Amino acid sequence: MSTTAGPTDAARAGSDVTAAYEMVVGLEVHVQLKTRTKAFCNCSTDFGAAPNSNTCPVCLALPGALPVLNARAVELAVRAALALECEVHTTSIFARKNYFYPDLPKGYQISQYDQPLATGGCLRIGTSRDGAPISVGVTRVHMEEDAGKSIHDRFAEATAIDLNRSGVPLIEIVSEPDMRSAVEAGAYLRTLKQLLEYLDVSDVSMEEGSLRVDANVSARRRGETKLGTKTEVKNMNSFSGVERALEAEFRRQCEVLAGGGTVEQQTMLWDGARGEVRPARSKEASHDYRYFPEPDLPPLVLEDEWVADIRKRLPELPEARRARFAADYGLNAYDVQELTASPAIAEYFEGVARQHGDAKAAANWVMGEVRAALNAGGLDVARFRVRPADLARLLDLVRDGKVSHSAAKRVFGIMVQTGDRPEQVAEREGLVQEGDTAALVGWIDEVLAENAAEALRYKNGERKLQGFLVGLVMKKSRGRADPKRVNQLLAERAGAAGA
Amino acid sequence: MSAHLLGMTAAHLRDAVAANEVEPGAAVRASLAHAAAAGAGRDGLNAIIWADAARSTREADALEGRVDRAQGGRAPHGSGRELLGVPVAVKDNIATLDLPTTCGSHILEGYVSPFEATVVARLRDAGAVVVGKTNMDEFAMGSSTEHSAYGPTLNPLDRTRVPGGSSGGSAAAVAAGVVRVALGSETGGSVRQPAAFCGIVGVKPTYGRVSRYGLVAFASSLDQVGVFGATVDDAALVMEVIGGSDPLDATSADVAVPPYRATAHESVEGLVIGRPREYFPESLDPRMRDRCDRALAALEAQGAKVREVSLKHTELAIPVYYIVAPAEASSNLARFDGVRYGLRVEGDGLRGMYEATRSGGFGPEVTRRILLGTYVLSAGYYDAYYRKAQEVRGLLAGDFAEVFASGVDVLFTPTTPTPAFRIGAVSDPYEMYLNDIFTATANLAGVPAMSVPIGRVDGLPVGGQLLAPHFREDVMFRAAYALERALGEEAHR
Repeated sequence: MSTTAGPTDAARAGSDVTAAYEMVVGLEVHVQLKTRTKAFCNCSTDFGAAPNSNTCPVCLALPGALPVLNARAVELAVRAALALECEVHTTSIFARKNYFYPDLPKGYQISQYDQPLATGGCLRIGTSRDGAPISVGVTRVHMEEDAGKSIHDRFAEATAIDLNRSGVPLIEIVSEPDMRSAVEAGAYLRTLKQLLEYLDVSDVSMEEGSLRVDANVSARRRGETKLGTKTEVKNMNSFSGVERALEAEFRRQCEVLAGGGTVEQQTMLWDGARGEVRPARSKEASHDYRYFPEPDLPPLVLEDEWVADIRKRLPELPEARRARFAADYGLNAYDVQELTASPAIAEYFEGVARQHGDAKAAANWVMGEVRAALNAGGLDVARFRVRPADLARLLDLVRDGKVSHSAAKRVFGIMVQTGDRPEQVAEREGLVQEGDTAALVGWIDEVLAENAAEALRYKNGERKLQGFLVGLVMKKSRGRADPKRVNQLLAERAGAAGA
Repeated sequence: MSAHLLGMTAAHLRDAVAANEVEPGAAVRASLAHAAAAGAGRDGLNAIIWADAARSTREADALEGRVDRAQGGRAPHGSGRELLGVPVAVKDNIATLDLPTTCGSHILEGYVSPFEATVVARLRDAGAVVVGKTNMDEFAMGSSTEHSAYGPTLNPLDRTRVPGGSSGGSAAAVAAGVVRVALGSETGGSVRQPAAFCGIVGVKPTYGRVSRYGLVAFASSLDQVGVFGATVDDAALVMEVIGGSDPLDATSADVAVPPYRATAHESVEGLVIGRPREYFPESLDPRMRDRCDRALAALEAQGAKVREVSLKHTELAIPVYYIVAPAEASSNLARFDGVRYGLRVEGDGLRGMYEATRSGGFGPEVTRRILLGTYVLSAGYYDAYYRKAQEVRGLLAGDFAEVFASGVDVLFTPTTPTPAFRIGAVSDPYEMYLNDIFTATANLAGVPAMSVPIGRVDGLPVGGQLLAPHFREDVMFRAAYALERALGEEAHR
């Protein structure tokens, strides 16, 4: 548009600098496994305990202490690996990753290196415009332990160490560099989080640190098939943070490349507040971890039958559940998506739908009233006071004409607060609909008598007054009258009188 | 009375205590008194570096309740009386609740473990009383017990000489008569070599036979708790008590512990004893060769058959050992960082603190091995050193597997090439490393091995080594007992 030369063009060229390049992303996701005890000792994994209270000689790395593998952690790791369609290896080897840091008590992290638990999986993260599935390769899933936490802001002159997290079991899920945009990376993360939620292997909370993401990103000219030099981006604490960090780092790399420079392989830290990435101190990137097999732990050998049994007991996963909801409940794609967002909401919906019978009504209520109440109260489904069976009975009352739709919303609001049964609430609040003809006729006759002029006009055919009169009847009944019946009876009365 | 108690085998002593013929605390008192008289402590032999006589006495007296008069002195396995009233010394790298566990290092000076090693718990459960923690080469790295932050231990048989190492303090305590039995630890010969130098019995069990929980790690894939005994029977009894799997050690093996003492007395008639030629090189001191030949002849006289065999990769053991052990040590010792326990020396920032603490806390031999181990694990060197060493380790294990599969029951070799050397005589680290030349193979292959006295050279004790297949300590003890019985007093002349 602009005909002005100079700065404007330069700025515009600058803003388009990414257009000539393609983003290539691979993600490393660390997930804390939901075990009761740590990976190599019997300490509790409870989040939020007093600092250093969940510790023992093993996770404090006292001299002479030895690790013993938590079988439950292996089970959860295998469950995740199978759901990611990996090959789970019969034999895998724990290895020591050696580096010094105050919150790493042994001076090494027990991890897996050249013989991980599982390799070669994939995760379908959606469909492309032409309907083809977009699949991201999963290079490997391996087991490791978490480090403790260094707390730098608690004391002015010192760093505090909390080793409660030391030894908490993790899996690291490493993807192939298969993502081509920040949006795809976000979709991968959300799909992965959902899958892990369904598997019930982790709390998958980025806020609590039970899911952590590092991103490897590079830029290459569109059409180029060779990968460019990548950088590792760390320090993101939300999925949208990951997306923004990727955009920022990609832009930075494009600018370097467009200016004729070369991207340096390094670790970048995301600063969410400033919305920018900056290089980590170079030392952090130049570790030689001196991996070698962990001699304190024998090779992890899994029996084929044991793995087969875990596979058999895998819960229904999101894809399968979506297909089933569409088929069994005749729900549209949007409803299915919403109602399978988390296993908790899906199970809630299904509980209501199964008992009540009308899936569409159940879906509308769950996506409407239930979700609104959860959002408003900041609640999670598991602790929601209105259990599916209660909601189902409320919907039964509506269907049977015992409670009007609007009264049902009031009943529901009270149930959310009290946890009481719908029948009780409706009764107590006087919201049970009056379907008895005599009572309804009584109210109608009273209204017609008190509003003689309107009644006459109505009887004379001014049908638009029907709503007005029904409203008055409803008011007189304090909402208890069944409006459908009132309409019906009012029409009859008018007809009868006029005849 | 005291001397008499210390002269009794551990089994006789506990029988006497269990039968109420000897006060439960008597032997412990005698041991503590003898330790003082013989100068076993810091100002004498420097064999025992941490002790609390009052506490040990109280503990021993408290055993009164375990004396079961009705049982008539029986002390079967699991009775809590297997070692009733028996004083034991424990190497300073094995965690004890009431005494420091310093690994002979300045970096752990004053450190008292809040938990107890499985082996110590098992000893105490059996009625034994720990009378002291014994000196050692720092973190078990050495063959002379000269490399302790708390000074060298002297050989009680010749105070100008080393007792061997790294478990030199435990060996000296037994040789000095302070205790009949003691715990040591083995990574490349640290029990067998000092046993040989001090004229006593020293056992390195099969890897996995004894729990390592509470043994401060040097090289995890080689380390085993070992046992010293004045006699084969003493050592076998302690092995019965401490052996067996432990849920706290994932590398401990779930293999039943047979009653070693009961079968040790069985005949060696028909037992095939292999004599590996690589352990009898041309250069071997002829007097050492002669002692070995006499030992073999004594076994043959009892019906054993001696067969010449070959373990052809033996010469690679020392290079392999000095790659694998330092590599694991460099990682195992990373926890001594000044952050949570032990020595902390402040420095410039975190890195400065690490450097000052570790440079100040570790002695030169430990530093050397950490550097060596760090080097061989480094990117670009791993394949050439560590991976290659592990491959060769497989060949060494294969040698043993082959020879045992060929019908050989036990192997016999000298434990060391020479008797105890003079304190300060070996200053070159590599020359020191060659002390392990006949012993490191057993650690690398994981097989059990032990040293028994077979006489003297230059008036100093020397040992013969017996090696057996994995978990066949029973056969090893049988051969050892036969040798001990056949040599009699000659074993100590």
